[in-house]
Amino acid sequence: MIPANFEYHRPGSVDEAVSLLTEHGEDGRVLAGGHSLIPMMKLRLAEPAHLIDLNGVEGLRSIAEVEGAIHIGAMTTQAEIIASDDLAARCPILREAAELIADPQVRACGTIGGNVANGDPGNDMPAVMMALDASFVLRGPGGERSLAAREFYEGPFETARDDDEILTALRIPARGAGQGQAYCKLKRKVGDYAIAAAAVVLTMDGGTCSQAAVALTNLGITPLYAEAASAALTGTAVDAAAIEAAVEAAVAITDPAADLHGPVVYRRRMAGVMTRRAIETARARATGG
Amino acid sequence: MAKTEIKLTVNGEEVAGTVEPRTLLIHFLREQLNLTGAHIGCETSHCGACTVDLNGKSVKSCTVFAVQADGGELLTVEGLAQGGELHPLQAAFAEDHGLQCGFCTPGMLIRAQRLLRENPDPSEAEIRWGISGNLCRCTGYQNIVKAIRNAAQVMRQKEAAE
Repeated sequence: MIPANFEYHRPGSVDEAVSLLTEHGEDGRVLAGGHSLIPMMKLRLAEPAHLIDLNGVEGLRSIAEVEGAIHIGAMTTQAEIIASDDLAARCPILREAAELIADPQVRACGTIGGNVANGDPGNDMPAVMMALDASFVLRGPGGERSLAAREFYEGPFETARDDDEILTALRIPARGAGQGQAYCKLKRKVGDYAIAAAAVVLTMDGGTCSQAAVALTNLGITPLYAEAASAALTGTAVDAAAIEAAVEAAVAITDPAADLHGPVVYRRRMAGVMTRRAIETARARATGG
Repeated sequence: MAKTEIKLTVNGEEVAGTVEPRTLLIHFLREQLNLTGAHIGCETSHCGACTVDLNGKSVKSCTVFAVQADGGELLTVEGLAQGGELHPLQAAFAEDHGLQCGFCTPGMLIRAQRLLRENPDPSEAEIRWGISGNLCRCTGYQNIVKAIRNAAQVMRQKEAAE
């Protein structure tokens, strides 16, 4: 399988990359890790006339703490996310989710920015970012703007990113005391997309949940922020009744397609199982259990 | 489309070539350098038969463009044996029957050498995790894991003796 021909660009800076993207408009695509785009190009589902490789761009590969928040450069690879003990201590759901993505070779190339920017509802990091209430930094010809992960996804492979913008960084708010996080993903084997997966971030204050966020992977045409499920946990003790209500609310917004793993009813049922496990795990972690 | 000159180090030797931007690294290796050790398997970045070591990382060369390897350092299975002597991993795969048809073997070997550089004494679970991007349809993996463990031991002993 050979991709259609294209012109290759290797900019050294974000500004240079943005001006290439502005110049080539719809004919230009940025290349990050390439493990979604290159297979699409081989299948001729994507035929960009200009490929703008971000691998030579300075300053996009970084993990930093800024006033308690975590800033991750978009070209940071999944392998680098996993390897960072500091990140695993500050925001453990990132390593937990990254370890469930693809395989070692793919994680050596695949980037966190590509994973969230591609808009594939099967990608894992979008739901994680929604649960964390992260924001994405976009740089275009008019400057920089920041968009909430929860507002970013509009359709399959459609996001709020403009054609001439590059996602340069992800910003994750500081983890407060009593916060527990969990990502639970059901898949048959290494490399699979989720049959169903849930990301949960919740904060326990005394015996009460002061904040909760539930988000779902591969259960609709976009990653899903489960607002009602999140609300069903907030202000409760995250007891059996609250969990039941949250699971029901999460399953209610799912709309997966039947695939070779099973029919719709199975995938929705598994959405409930993953949501329940993620809530229980996050609560246990929040209370040090 | 204009062709591009690329220069890189392959198995310790400087090589140069002229490629189209769309030329995949695996095709450059096999068709221009006649290095046919890395295999074309699934072509969709699942099977790992095309795995090579690029700039100190295991990558699937069916999903990297040759132009991206420009200026890089590449190790393929052809570069494992040194001075006519098999690499300990190769010797262990032969000794422990770590292969049957052999199609996945070059990818397994090159992936395993990176794994052992990162973790010279992996547990069985760490080996299975480490080679989870390489599919074998013959062996059931048992003897591959065993071979990697045994090679790791040989390599640690060699290291200690030096």
